[in-house]
Amino acid sequence: MNSLELVTRLRTFLPPEAVLHEKEDLRPYECDGLSAYRQTPMIVALPQTEDEVAQILRICHASKIPVVARGAGTGLSGGALPHAEGVLLSLAKLKRILELDPVARTARVQPGVRNLAISEAAANYGLYYAPDPSSQIACSIGGNVAENSGGVHCLKYGLTVHNILELRVLTIEGELLEIGGGGLDAAGYDLLALMTGSEGMLGIVTEVTVKLTPRPEKAQVVLAAFDDIRKAGDAVANVIAAGIIPAGMEMMDKITTRAVEEYIHAGYNLEAAAILLCESDGATEEVTEEIQRVNEIMKQSGAIEIRTSRDEAERLRFWAGRKAAFPAAGRVSPDYYCMDGTIPRKNLAKVLSGIEALSAEYGLRCMNVFHAGDGNLHPLILYDANRPGELELTEEFGAKILQMCIQAGGTITGEHGVGIEKINQMCSQFKTGELEMFHAVKAAFDPDGLLNPGKAVPTLRRCAEHGAMHVHRGEEKFPELPRF
Amino acid sequence: MQEIIDQFADTIRAAARESASLLIRSGGTKDFYGNRTANPDGSEGGILNATAYTGIVDYEPTELVVTARAGTRLAELETELRKRGQMLAFEPPHFGPGATLGGCVASGLSGPRRASAGAVRDFVLGVRMLDGRGDDLSFGGQVMKNVAGYDVSRLMTGSMGTLGLLLDVSLKVLPLPAAELTLRLPMNEAEAIDKMNLWAGKPLPVSATCFCDGELIFRLSGAAPAVRAARTIMGGVEIAEGAAFWQSIREQTHSFFQPGKQLWRLSIKSTTPPLSLPGKQLIEWGGALRWLAVDMDADTDAVHTAIRNTAKDAGGHATLFRSDGPCASVFHPLAPALMNINRRLKEKFDPKRIFSPGRMYPEI
Ligand SMILES: Cc1cc2nc3c(=O)[nH]c(=O)nc-3n(C[C@H](O)[C@H](O)[C@H](O)COP(=O)(O)OP(=O)(O)OC[C@H]3O[C@@H](n4cnc5c(N)ncnc54)[C@H](O)[C@@H]3O)c2cc1C
Repeated sequence: MNSLELVTRLRTFLPPEAVLHEKEDLRPYECDGLSAYRQTPMIVALPQTEDEVAQILRICHASKIPVVARGAGTGLSGGALPHAEGVLLSLAKLKRILELDPVARTARVQPGVRNLAISEAAANYGLYYAPDPSSQIACSIGGNVAENSGGVHCLKYGLTVHNILELRVLTIEGELLEIGGGGLDAAGYDLLALMTGSEGMLGIVTEVTVKLTPRPEKAQVVLAAFDDIRKAGDAVANVIAAGIIPAGMEMMDKITTRAVEEYIHAGYNLEAAAILLCESDGATEEVTEEIQRVNEIMKQSGAIEIRTSRDEAERLRFWAGRKAAFPAAGRVSPDYYCMDGTIPRKNLAKVLSGIEALSAEYGLRCMNVFHAGDGNLHPLILYDANRPGELELTEEFGAKILQMCIQAGGTITGEHGVGIEKINQMCSQFKTGELEMFHAVKAAFDPDGLLNPGKAVPTLRRCAEHGAMHVHRGEEKFPELPRF
Repeated sequence: MQEIIDQFADTIRAAARESASLLIRSGGTKDFYGNRTANPDGSEGGILNATAYTGIVDYEPTELVVTARAGTRLAELETELRKRGQMLAFEPPHFGPGATLGGCVASGLSGPRRASAGAVRDFVLGVRMLDGRGDDLSFGGQVMKNVAGYDVSRLMTGSMGTLGLLLDVSLKVLPLPAAELTLRLPMNEAEAIDKMNLWAGKPLPVSATCFCDGELIFRLSGAAPAVRAARTIMGGVEIAEGAAFWQSIREQTHSFFQPGKQLWRLSIKSTTPPLSLPGKQLIEWGGALRWLAVDMDADTDAVHTAIRNTAKDAGGHATLFRSDGPCASVFHPLAPALMNINRRLKEKFDPKRIFSPGRMYPEI
C-alpha cells in the first residue's frame, strides 16, 4: 500500500486532521528529545480512541507497515524516531484521566496523559503519582511505561514498574491484552514487568492504571558541599550504611553547579568539587530526626559546607538547580548530549575520573549530574553541532562512557532506554544468546517485527559489523591494562 | 561452581533431546504449590535438583544489593543480611528450613510486608539462568536502575520454574526498620477493610495488616519517632509477641491455616467489601489479599466457580493455594489473548517444553 492509499484507508474512520502526510505537517514529528537523529515518517496518525488505535494497527499489520508509537516525544534515546516507510502513531490525543479512586489510591488514565497531570488531579486527596522524571510537565504516562522512567525520588518510591497496576495493551494484530489487575499481582507470567521498559517494541499501551501514594507530611533537604568528589561519594555510602533510605539523593559536579547557579541562583557553593542534595520525607518527627542524622553523616564525611532547608521555599530553591541542570547545559553550550549509564556506586570516583580524562582527550566539556542514591549517572557532553565533526566526536566520547559503565559492573541505560542511540552498546553488554532471547521475546508479541523496527535490540549482524568487544559483568579482556 | 552449571546444562540438554520433563526442585518446600507435572505420556518426569549451587556471590551493604546462587538457603541469606542490619523487604515465606533463594524467586511469593514494601519481583534486579536449551544467559544486573533489554529477570520471577533454571539472582535489599510495633483493634470485617484503605491513603508507617477473628492487627515500622507518632493517631493495644504473630502469618503456622482444609488465595482490589463465600477468611495486604479456608467436603465445582468469579469481579484472580489431592487448575484461567502470549513466551525459553510442563497451566 502506498502512502496515499493508506491515507485514504485511515480517513475512512479518522477525521482528515488526524492523518498527516504533507511534508510540513510531518516535520514536528521527525525527532524526539534526541534531536541528533531525524527522520520524517511516511504518515502521522493521531487517533483519539483505543478503537481507532486498534483499527490503525490492523491495517498496518495486514499491509506489513511499520508502526512507531509516540507519546510526548521527550525521550532521550531516539525511541520515537519515525520510520521512513512507517506510520508514526501519536498517542497524544488519548489524554483523559478516566477514573481516580482516592480510596483504592489508583488512577486509570489514557496513555497520552502527562505525568504531572496525574499528580495534579490527585492532589485534592492528598495523593500523588510518585515517579517524577525531570520532564514530568511534558512526558506522557505511556512513554513512562515504555521507558520505565524514574525520577529523583525513585530510590525510596520506585520506578514506573513499581507504581503501575494494570495496562491495556494492543498487539500489532490489534488484539487487546489486559495485563495486571486490580490486586497486587496477576495470574500467568509477569507481563506487566515485561511491558515496562519495552520501548514500544511489544505493543501499544492504551490505558494505564497507576498506584497513587500519600503525600508525606513533611519534606526537608540537606545541601552539602565537598572539596573532593570521592568524599561526596563516600557520604552517599555512609548515609545508606546508617540505614537511611533518603527520599532523594542527587549529586552535581562543579561545572554543573556553576552552570545552573548562573541563572537559578540556588545559592550553591561554587568552589565545591561536588554538591549533594539529600532529602528526607515522612512524619514531621521522623524527618526532624533523619535530617539531624544526615547532617552528622555529612559532617563526618568531610563536607565543607552543610545547609538544611528552613522552609518549603528554600527546599524548592535547593532543588531548582538540580532540576534545571539540562536547561543549564543548553545555556552554556549550543548543544548537549545526555548519557544515562548506571554503575555500582563504589566505582563512582573511578568512572568520574575516567570521564574527566576522556573530556580532556576529546576537548569537549562534560557536566555530571547523578542520581547518586541509585548509581544512575547523567554525564552531559557539551558540543556544537555546527562545528563539522563535533557531533561524531561527541558520540564517540559518549560511547566510551557507556563502555566504562559496563566495565564498572553497570549498565548502558538506567532510565532513558536504548532506542536507536545505544543500540551498538547493547552488543557489548549482552552476549549473542541473550540478544537472541530478546529477539525471541519480541517475536512472541510481534512476529513480523513491525513495531518500532530497528530499535532497542541490535541484530546480530549489526553487532558483528560493529565489532564491539564484548564486556560482560565487569570482566574485560586484558584487565591488567589501564583503561582510563 | 562452573562444573555444577555444566552438569545442570548437560541434564537440561539430555532432557531436551528426549523431550522428557524436568521438575526443577531445591528445598522442595513449595512442592505443594501448582499443578502436578508429568511427561507427555503421563509418566513421572525427572527432577533437577538445584541445591548444590549455593553461596553468596557478592554482598555490598552500602550498595543495597546482594547476589547469591539460587541454591542458597533463604534462611542463611536472611541471616547474613540481618548481620548487616538489612533484610529482604518482601518477607518471603519459607514453608520449611530447606527453602532456597531460587524457589523463593521462582514461586514469586511475598509475605506480610508486601503491600507497603513491594513483592519479590519489585526487588529482583538481575538473573543468570539456563534456558531450555541449556544456554547460560544473564539479564538485568546488579544495579538499581537498568532498562537495557527486556526485563527478563522479572519475567522469571513467579514463573514456577517453567521458563528456565535460575543460577544467580541479584536482589535489592533494604535496612531493617529501626522500630517496630504490632497493635490490635477489635472491629468487624467491613470496618477493617475501610480502615486499612483509609490508613493506606495517609502517610502512616503501616508495614503489615491482618484481619482475622474480629480483630485488625497491624504493624508499624520505621524511625522510632514516626512509629510513636502514628500510634497516637491510630490507637490500638500493643501485642507483645508481634514478631511471632507476623511469622505465623508469613509461614502459615497461624491456626487459621490449619491443615485439612482447602486454602484459596484471592488477590483482588483492596477496597472490595467482605466476600460472601463459604468458609473462613483471613485478610492481609491492606485488603488486597483474602485467604479463604474451605472445608474439603464443600469442595465442589460450583464452589470453585463461585470463588473464581468472585475474584474476577473484584478485579483480581484466585489461586487454589493448598489442597489435598493433585489438581490440574490451581491458577486462575487466563483470557485467550493473554494465554497466547504466555504460550509463545514458553516456546521461546523452553522450546521442547521440558521445564515443569503443566505446573502453571496445561498449555505451558
Ligand atoms: C529535559 C528532560 C528531562 C528528562 N528527565 C528524565 C528523568 O528524570 N527520568 C527519566 O526516566 N527520563 C527523563 N527524560 C526522558 C523522557 O522524558 C522519558 O523517557 C519519558 O518517559 C518519555 O515519555 P514521552 O511521552 O515523551 O515518550 P516518547 O519520547 O514519545 O516515546 C518514548 C518511547 O516510548 C514509546 N511509546 C510512547 N508511548 C507509547 C505507548 N502508548 N505505547 C507503547 N509505546 C509507547 C515510543 O515508541 C518510544 O520508544 C527526560 C527528558 C527530557 C527532555
